[in-house]
Amino acid sequence: MNKIEKKEETPLLSIYFTAGYPDLDSTLHIAKKLEDAGADFLEIGFPYSDPVADGPVIQHSSEVALGNGMTLTILFEQLRHLREQVSIPVFLMGYVNPVLQFGVEKFCEACKNAGVDGVIIPDLPMYEYEELYQEIFEKNGLANIFIVTPQTSEERIRKIDNLSNSFIYLLSSNATTGKTLDVGENTNAYFKRIHDMQLKNPLIVGFGISDKATFQKASTYTTGAIIGSAFVKRLNEQDYLEKIPEFIKSIKD
Amino acid sequence: MSIYQVNEKGYYGPFGGAYIPEMLYPNVQELREEYLKIMAEKSFQEEFNQLLRDYVGRPSPLYHARRLSEKYGATIYLKREDLNHTGAHKINNTIGQILLAERLGKKRIIAETGAGQHGVATATVCALKGIQCAVYMGEIDIQRQAPNVARMKMMGAEVIAATSGSKTLKDATNEALRDWINNPVDTHYIIGSVVGPHPYPDMVARFQSIISEETKKQLLEKTGRENPDIVLACVGGGSNAAGMFYHFLDDESVKLYAVEAAGHGVDSGESAATTALGKEGVLHGSRSILMQTEDGQVIEPYSISAGLDYPGIGPQHAWLFKSGRGNYVSITDDEAMHAGLELTRLEGIIPAIESSHALAYLEKIPFKGDETVVVCLSGRGDKDLDNYMKYFDF
Repeated sequence: MNKIEKKEETPLLSIYFTAGYPDLDSTLHIAKKLEDAGADFLEIGFPYSDPVADGPVIQHSSEVALGNGMTLTILFEQLRHLREQVSIPVFLMGYVNPVLQFGVEKFCEACKNAGVDGVIIPDLPMYEYEELYQEIFEKNGLANIFIVTPQTSEERIRKIDNLSNSFIYLLSSNATTGKTLDVGENTNAYFKRIHDMQLKNPLIVGFGISDKATFQKASTYTTGAIIGSAFVKRLNEQDYLEKIPEFIKSIKD
Repeated sequence: MSIYQVNEKGYYGPFGGAYIPEMLYPNVQELREEYLKIMAEKSFQEEFNQLLRDYVGRPSPLYHARRLSEKYGATIYLKREDLNHTGAHKINNTIGQILLAERLGKKRIIAETGAGQHGVATATVCALKGIQCAVYMGEIDIQRQAPNVARMKMMGAEVIAATSGSKTLKDATNEALRDWINNPVDTHYIIGSVVGPHPYPDMVARFQSIISEETKKQLLEKTGRENPDIVLACVGGGSNAAGMFYHFLDDESVKLYAVEAAGHGVDSGESAATTALGKEGVLHGSRSILMQTEDGQVIEPYSISAGLDYPGIGPQHAWLFKSGRGNYVSITDDEAMHAGLELTRLEGIIPAIESSHALAYLEKIPFKGDETVVVCLSGRGDKDLDNYMKYFDF
């Protein structure tokens, strides 16, 4: 498992995109381009018909990807060549039902074989994970990433920190994806509060990060941040692959 | 503790749980900790019972349908939920949840609706309490159910079109969940059926359990026996069936029939017969049985009845099905429409097309002649007049 840590002073930038969008076979091309452009790690979404935690942009990309025929079976077929082309950490992100139908054990093994570092499944609750799946994840060296929100209690955050071994997904606010980060004092105080808990896992902020300003704001007290909707939105433009370096540059430089 | 009721972890056998994103955890946890406490409070019970009596019009009659009985050769009673205020059983639950929301200090209510019955029942109790209300409804359903949209608006509710996915009930539920994620502190989500994360399936079943509680008393008065031999109810998500079965679950001698919508036929590709076509999976926060592809994508169901047009069933129903306690069967559009007309002609009662599915199954049961049967007449057919008129070319 690759470690999520800063190699220099600059915060880590992670990019989310949906597998199979805009084209069925665009997954690895986008991943490779992102690594070359300087993204520090990746989240590849596997699409689901009912993505309740997502706003319109990722709903749309999921719908198109499913229409293109994307399935977990096809995704893992594509990911067989992942590590020939991409060396930065890669996480898969999606909803629990496709994983249950694929089979949790088979899913974890497929992740391991593909060289995937971990998974983020927002609707897999901590209780079920511990009771049923933790052992399978650990056997396959797969990290399960938990989410923390402004409403998560300190006790629960401590528990999440103990169960985590890669990073903690810190939600910028209680919201679905694709909203704009509230850059006010409240958000700052929240990031600082979690920072000051001195957790053993690095904090990566997600939801509402769209540009350099929000990226920097989110990284002040954390290890880095994730951009999803703002990146996915650009994938329906002409020559989207060629425009990736410019986008990453606009955030990191 | 009944093996058919939810356990302390929120499960019915392998079904149930709370498969929700962390953003909803505090809301659902708050409900989980408070719902039984609040429901047990004397002031809650008094207000709930008073509203059910004076506002909803309960107890709803248990009517001995003589001509229907004669036709099928059994003693058939109809539990008249169609006579409730707003025309269906849905209001039993919305009264309960609005009182709960009030005691939790919530300032805003959201709900999902398919045909609009639950939306109307929610808008009604919000008007009653002067609480802000937003109802999510699929864009396609808004077009199909104009009178119910008008009723909700007249009562001051905001009706928000769900424009994602297939633009029907499943997507309205997704949108309501997204709203709740974005408004976690002051908003309560009134789910309309026995679906969703624990404790919703149990909470809604408890509010609907008044149906079987009354039935037992009324049957005792009329026949000298508390229990019928057979109980029938239709199932979409399954709230009227959950209420109709509730107090009979542990009396294994009472045969339970849950009637799903087969649409154009179970194998037609246009159906909502979840137990026949579905597999175990997770939708809208609980593990249950749902119609899905091999890849775990949810399949859009079909039924002429908007209230049964849902790709899943509540986790308790999944458990009653799997354990064999309930008989899960299905009825096609055609069978339901004819049963609806038949009740109208035999008894002078126009049933909702949902309830017509339960009635249609009477024909499939080989009665010996001495059985006592209760059918839950979950709603009235006013909302379906257009459909009936078109179907029979009146």
